[in-house]
Amino acid sequence: MRPAIQFAAAVAVSAALVSAALAFGGVPSAVAADKPDPVAEAKAFRDYFTKKFPQLKLEDFVNGPYSMNEDMHRQWEEKEQFPPYEFSLDMGKEIFTKPFKNGKSYADCFPNQGIGVRQNYPTFDEKEGKVVTLELALNRCREANGEALFSYVKDEMAALTAYMAFTSRGKPFDIKIPDDPRALEAYQNGKRYFYTRRGQLNFSCATCHVQEPGERIRAEVLAPALGILNAMPIYRSEWSGMGTTSRRFTTCNSQIRGVPLDPQADEYRDLEYYLSYVSNGLPISGPGARP
Amino acid sequence: MVSTIRVRATSSGETTEVQALIQHPMDSGFVKDTKGEIIPPHFIRELTFEHDGKNVFVADWGAAVSKDPYVKFSFKGGKKGDDLKISWVDNKGATDTTTAKIQ
Repeated sequence: MRPAIQFAAAVAVSAALVSAALAFGGVPSAVAADKPDPVAEAKAFRDYFTKKFPQLKLEDFVNGPYSMNEDMHRQWEEKEQFPPYEFSLDMGKEIFTKPFKNGKSYADCFPNQGIGVRQNYPTFDEKEGKVVTLELALNRCREANGEALFSYVKDEMAALTAYMAFTSRGKPFDIKIPDDPRALEAYQNGKRYFYTRRGQLNFSCATCHVQEPGERIRAEVLAPALGILNAMPIYRSEWSGMGTTSRRFTTCNSQIRGVPLDPQADEYRDLEYYLSYVSNGLPISGPGARP
Repeated sequence: MVSTIRVRATSSGETTEVQALIQHPMDSGFVKDTKGEIIPPHFIRELTFEHDGKNVFVADWGAAVSKDPYVKFSFKGGKKGDDLKISWVDNKGATDTTTAKIQ
């Protein structure tokens, strides 16, 4: 029985640490109690990471584990000279520029012909009252033009988002929360998902990516939550292939021995909205490569 | 079709550094698909880099090399503007060849 009690105690302590860390980050608790203040929360979120890693520049956070460790940073520099996502990037460009059967193309579905717009996604669609991610917008574009949907996790979807991210490289994330209670609720819901523990291992997203970035989990170095989506989609050596944000969310959930939701479920859309919003101002670096 | 081979070769005067990335499934023949059936072996057998009529790098590969393999090496000689010919042959007899200019 004893180990179980110790484990429970450890969980309680670490949960307390998260809330303490956030409180010290400068969220005015009176405001947080009745109406959430995303601007202040995003600032607190950023400050937490910049205090934890004072040697890093803000834009370094988008390189995930590669900015956490000098040795890995050297590996990353070498890797970026000949990045493993190149094939996917070329494929993405080909798919993106090839017109649909009806003669229209992806360019017709997006502002600025889809070039250099990745930093604005996910957006909040006030007509639908929900968050629309880039992956969802791409499949809706296909649907509207009578094409079959792509799988959300890899292959063509990863290639398309890789190309769109590439055209937005260096542009800072610019996620907007319009003056709409439903948008704020989506943000809140995403935050709730991020900090809620789940799965057999009883981990929340924050357990690894807020409390322990830079630490090892088995052989991997954990990435900080700040800027974690800026590099999406990613080529993971572990997958020996590309993966989208949807793939990252679902596999994270199964790794903590939880049951993943369907890609682009409302919770994941809200989570992506929250996580992108708190990384506002950090440059897009996708497509990325990860170990 | 786009080439399956990406090459970058840079000469520093005395030596030439070559990096190459090849797109290939490199199936080992020991992996099963989702239906439980063995994915038949499909891998590059030989990879050759040729400069000035001479092989500068030959690799005998097998099932143990990863998907989309990456190679980096350097050799003595090679000038800017020289041709470097790269080719591979896999166990099914498929092949691809490309020629890159040394930079």
